[in-house]
Amino acid sequence: MQGHGKKMCNGGATVRIYLTINNRKRDIETMPGAVLYDVLKDCGISSVKKSCGTANCGVCTVLLDGKPIPSCSYLAAKADGRQVTTIEGVQEEADKIGNMMNQEGATQCGFCTPGFLLTVIAMKNELNHPTEDEIKNYLVGNLCRCSGYQGQLRAVQKYMEVSK
Amino acid sequence: MNIKEYIKPSHIDEAYELCSKGAVAIGGGAFLHLGKQVIGQAIDLSGLGLDYINESDSHVEIGAMTTLRDIETSSIMKQNFKGVLPKTAASIMGIQVRNVATIGGAIYGKYGFSDIITTLLALDAQVELYLGGCMGLDHYLNSSIDKDIILKILIKKNISSAVFACEKKTHTDFSILNMAAALVEGQLRLCVGARPGRAKLSKGAMYFLKPIGSAAAAGETLSILVAEELQFGSDIRGSAEYRRELCKAMVKKCVMEVLQ
Ligand code: FES
Ligand code: FES
Repeated sequence: MQGHGKKMCNGGATVRIYLTINNRKRDIETMPGAVLYDVLKDCGISSVKKSCGTANCGVCTVLLDGKPIPSCSYLAAKADGRQVTTIEGVQEEADKIGNMMNQEGATQCGFCTPGFLLTVIAMKNELNHPTEDEIKNYLVGNLCRCSGYQGQLRAVQKYMEVSK
Repeated sequence: MNIKEYIKPSHIDEAYELCSKGAVAIGGGAFLHLGKQVIGQAIDLSGLGLDYINESDSHVEIGAMTTLRDIETSSIMKQNFKGVLPKTAASIMGIQVRNVATIGGAIYGKYGFSDIITTLLALDAQVELYLGGCMGLDHYLNSSIDKDIILKILIKKNISSAVFACEKKTHTDFSILNMAAALVEGQLRLCVGARPGRAKLSKGAMYFLKPIGSAAAAGETLSILVAEELQFGSDIRGSAEYRRELCKAMVKKCVMEVLQ
């Protein structure tokens, strides 16, 4: 049952939603107040991390219909019928940027990396030849407490050059 | 967050009926953690076709479920009101939040930290409610209406100049103070938000119709007037005294910019 126009609750206790996670259709029963992050974890997606839990740091970023969103602050029920992409779904692309980040010394603990890579991929799909300022603006919501951002910026600029 | 029941109506009548009985309308949901922790019935408004930006000869209309990112990237919004709404939207947190947070949600939440409310007040925006019809945003924010549904925001194309400014500790934090100024049919509207209370229009600035002398002199005069007129408070981001001084500097800059 799709959510549109329907009461999605099952006896007031749980809600049934349909997500396409990394191109695989899933039929999920969860709590009405569950956030997407929790549902992804329950589905065995281990790459998505959580830090602030208040939509501030970008660590929990996933792509919803190709757009970066904070999965810690997005109700899973709102994502009903939509496409969710995590790093598991874009491994080839993630490897490409990941290698460039390694070359530029842009990763330390790596906790912010999955969310960061997904935002970079969304940016590549959305912006043509972004300037340095446009890159910084697009990525401003992905905080990293280790790197100092310069290595990340160099790696992203390299990736944008070879990807266009 | 504890939600007992989640409902996604496909008709506005159904959504209104539920809200009038106490259900809580959910916009983007990004700031749900700041509100009630237990919600009986949550109403998802995303199936009602309220995400659009349209323009006519006289108005721009923004559907209540339009995201801040849609406002930021919309060519209609860039071409109208000196692009002040895309500029305001772009200053709000990260792209992840802007992809989720809706303009209707920001207004319904009446958040003190909101940057977009400040700019909309300066632009003399109207809100259209399902039952209550059209009213000034200022009136809506000061009312106790909470069981109606915001359908859209309307802004008249009678604005010759508009600016927005904010001061933040980091880009992704809420503003310590935000400000917008606009010339609406030649009248100056200056609004200050994140005081940290909800955005407020300066009545003094509104009566400042024909500034005497240069834009710089007008900025100087108004900076004292506005800082004295409005109330400022203290919180984790800054003291009332700091905000008042900051307000003076920002008024000068905004007034000079909007008058030039
Ligand atoms: S964990 Fe979601 S934004 Fe920080
Ligand atoms: S590498 Fe440690 S948080 Fe970014």
